[in-house]
Amino acid sequence: MTAVAAHHDHHDDHHHAPHGLKRWLFSTNHKDIGTLYLWFSFAMFMVGGFMALVIRAELMYPGMQVVDPEFFNQMTTVHGLIMVFGAVMPATVGLANWMIPLMIGAPDMALPRMNNWSFWILPFAFTILIGAVLMSAFGDGNPSAPNFGWTFYAPLSTKYGPASTDLFILSVHMMGISSIMGAINVIVTVLNMRAPGMTMMKMPLFVWTWLITAFLLVAVMPVLAGAVTMMLTDRHFGTSFFDAAGGGDPVLFQHIFWFFGHPEVYIMILPSFGIVSAIIPTFARKHLFGYASMVYATASIALLSFVVWAHHMFTVGMPLAGTLFFMYMTMLISVPTGVKVFNWVATMWRGSLTFELPMKWALAFVVLFTCGGLSGLMLALTPVDFQYHDTYFVVAHFHYVLVSGAIFSIFAAAYYWLPKWSGVMPNTFLGELHFWNSLLSVNLLFFPMHFVGLAGMPRRYADYALQFADYNWWISVGAFWFGISQLLFVAVCVLCAMKKGKKAEAAPWEGAEGLEWTVPSPAPFHTFDTPPVIK
Amino acid sequence: MAENSSKYYVPESSPWPLFGSIGLFLIAIGAANFIQQSTQFGQNTLRADGTWGQYVLMAGVLWMIATMFFWWRDTIKESLTGLHNEQLSGSYRQGMIWFIFSEVMFFGALFGALFYARWLIIPWLGGAGNNAMTHELLWPGFQAMWPLTTTPDGRTTQVMGAWGLPAINTAILIVSSITLTIAHHALIVGERGRLILFQGITILLGLFFLSLQVYEYYHAYHELGLTLEAGIYGSLFFFLTGFHGIHVTMGTLMLIVCFFRILKGHFTKENHFVYEASAWYWHFVDVVWLFLFVVVYWL
Repeated sequence: MTAVAAHHDHHDDHHHAPHGLKRWLFSTNHKDIGTLYLWFSFAMFMVGGFMALVIRAELMYPGMQVVDPEFFNQMTTVHGLIMVFGAVMPATVGLANWMIPLMIGAPDMALPRMNNWSFWILPFAFTILIGAVLMSAFGDGNPSAPNFGWTFYAPLSTKYGPASTDLFILSVHMMGISSIMGAINVIVTVLNMRAPGMTMMKMPLFVWTWLITAFLLVAVMPVLAGAVTMMLTDRHFGTSFFDAAGGGDPVLFQHIFWFFGHPEVYIMILPSFGIVSAIIPTFARKHLFGYASMVYATASIALLSFVVWAHHMFTVGMPLAGTLFFMYMTMLISVPTGVKVFNWVATMWRGSLTFELPMKWALAFVVLFTCGGLSGLMLALTPVDFQYHDTYFVVAHFHYVLVSGAIFSIFAAAYYWLPKWSGVMPNTFLGELHFWNSLLSVNLLFFPMHFVGLAGMPRRYADYALQFADYNWWISVGAFWFGISQLLFVAVCVLCAMKKGKKAEAAPWEGAEGLEWTVPSPAPFHTFDTPPVIK
Repeated sequence: MAENSSKYYVPESSPWPLFGSIGLFLIAIGAANFIQQSTQFGQNTLRADGTWGQYVLMAGVLWMIATMFFWWRDTIKESLTGLHNEQLSGSYRQGMIWFIFSEVMFFGALFGALFYARWLIIPWLGGAGNNAMTHELLWPGFQAMWPLTTTPDGRTTQVMGAWGLPAINTAILIVSSITLTIAHHALIVGERGRLILFQGITILLGLFFLSLQVYEYYHAYHELGLTLEAGIYGSLFFFLTGFHGIHVTMGTLMLIVCFFRILKGHFTKENHFVYEASAWYWHFVDVVWLFLFVVVYWL
C-alpha cells in the first residue's frame, strides 16, 4: 500500500519509476517485465548452451571421455527443455512485452499484474528443473535428472522415468500456466488496446505474428498439461493411458505430445517472422512487399500446424491413409512459408540496402532458416523419413530453424531495438565480431550434421561408430566456437545496460517506420498514456 | 496514471503475482514429494509414514488461497472505488473467454484420448487392420470391445450405466444453467430478491450434483470394480468425470463468492464482470458435461 501512497504524491507528468528491488519484483510495467523476460531467457540460453557443450565435449571423439552415458542422456534432455521453454519462448515473450504496446500505441499490456505473474512463475519452474540436474551432477547421477529426451516419450518417462520425473511434470505444469497467461495477455492487448485508427490490417507484422502465436499457445499448452497429467497418473495412480496391458498405448502419448509439439515449433518461429518483417523493410528503405499475404500466410501456417503432428511419427506405424494425410499436409506448409521468403526477398529487390547489424542477422536468418525449411521438406516425405528418422539429419534440421532461425532473429531484434530499450547504440565492433563468428561457427556446427545423419548416425547417443569421427570433431569445434562467440553478446548487452556507447536518437535507423520510433530513446517508463491517433 | 488518461487504467504494482509464483512453487515440490512418498509405482497403496511433502503441499495451498484472497481484495477495492473503466472491463471479458477456450482444449485432449482408445487402440489390440500377429503374439485371448470391461492382461470391471444417476445429474446441470440465467437476468433488471433466490438455487444444484458424483464414485469403486486401475476405460472415466468435477467445484466456489458479493451489494447493472465470468464458466462446464454424458456414459 505504500507504493500506492507514494504514487499519489507525484502524479505529475514526470512519471517517476519505482526504485529498488520492488520495481522488478512487483512490477506492472510492460517494459520492466519485458526486460526481466529477456535477461531470464539469456541466462537460460547460457545454461542450456553449457549443457550443449557438455554434449559436444563428449562427442568430440568416439568412445567415452567426459561424462557417463546416463548423464549424457540427462544433458540432451534438459538442454532441449531449457532451450525450448526457457530460452526461445521467454525471449519472444520478452520482445512481445516490450514492443507490442509500443507498436500499437497502448500504455501497457492489457492485464499488467497477470503479466508479472506469467514472468515470475518461470524462475521457480526452472529452479525445479535445473535443481534436478544439479542434484544429479553433484550426487554422482543419483538421483537422476530427467533422461528421456525433451519429448519425454512413454514408457521411458512413465514406467522407466527416474524419480525426478514427477518434479519435471509439475514444473511443466508451471511453465504451461505461465505461457497460457502470457498468451491471453498478448491476445487481449492486441484486440482491445490498439490506439484509435490502428486497424488490424495496419498493425506491424510483429504484432500480427505474435497474435497468432498467442492463439497457438492458448490452444496447445492445455494439451501438454493433459499429457503430463496422464503421465503422472500412469506413474503413480495405476491408470493405463500409455500401457497396452490395460488397453492403452504408448503411441497415444506421442499423438498427444506432438499435437502440442508441432504448433509449439511455430510458436517459436512465428515471432521471428515478425521480427524479420520489421527489419528488412527498414534497411531496404521500402515497404514490406505483400503485407496482406504475409498476414494470411502466417495464419495459414498456424492453422496447418494443427494437422501435421504425426509427421514426427512416421516410423512408429499408423494406417497408410494417416501417413499420406500427414505427409501432404506437411508439404502444404511450404507454400505459405515460401510466400514469406519470397516477400522478404521481393522487399529487398531494388531497395536502397544497407547492412547494419540487425540487417545482417535478418539476412542470415532468411538464408539459414530457408536451409532448415528445405531439410524439413525432405523429412516430410514419408519414404525417405524412414531413413532420416532419429538421425543427426533431424538434429541438423531443427537446429537450423531454431538456432540460425529463431535465435538469430532474436539477436536481430536485440540489435534493432536495443537503442530503444537502453538509449545507447549497441557496440558495432563487438556486434560485428559476434555476428561473423556466430555465422561461421553455426554452419560449421550444424552443417556437417546433415552428412553424418544421412550416413546413419543416430541422435541422442553418447558414442558413435568410428566412421563418423572426423565430422564430429569439426562439429564440436564449431560448437565451442559458437558458444564462446556468445560471450561477445553478453558484452554488448552489458555495455548497453550500463549506458556505455553512442547516444541513440528517437529514430536511430534511417528507414524505420512505426510508433515505437516516435517515443524517445530510451523509451520513458510510461508511454502512450494518452493514445496516439493513427491516420 | 488514471488522472493523466481519459481512457486507460494501468494498475499499481502489486506483490501478489510474486507471492502466487511462490505458492505454485511450494505446491509443485510438495505435491511431487507427497505423491512419490504416498504411492508406490503402478499401484495405489498409501504409505502413512511421515514425509515433508504433505506439509509443503499444504503450506503451498494455504499460501495460494491467501494470495488469491489478497489479490482479489485489492482488485475489488479498486473496482468499487471506480478505477476500472470500460476498457479494462473489455480486457477482463476477452481474457476470460480465452481462458475458457484453453479449458476447452484441455478437455479436447482428454476426449481425443477417449476416441483414440475406442476407435484405434482397442480394435488394434484385438487384431484389426494389419495387427493380426500383434494380437496373436501378445494377448491372443483379448477381445476388442467398448467399454473395455476386460483388459488385455485380464483385469475386469463393470460398466457405469447412463440412465441412473448420470441422467439425473444431466438434468440437474441443465436446470442449474437455466436458474443461473434467470439470476443473471434478475441482476440486469435489478430484481434483487429474485437474484438472491435463483443464485442460491443454482449453488444448491451445483452442490447436489457434486454429492451425487461422490456417491457415484463410491458405487463405482465398491460395487462395479470400476477404478483408476481398471484399465483404459476406468482411466478415461475418472479422468473425464474427475476433471469435470474439479471444474464444477471451482465453478460452484465462484458462484458462492458471487453470492456473498451480491449480499454485500457489489454488483451493479453495468459493473458485474466477475458475475458474468462465473456464469460463462458455469455454462462451459455444463456443455462439457453434455458431451461427457453422451460419449462416456451413454454411447
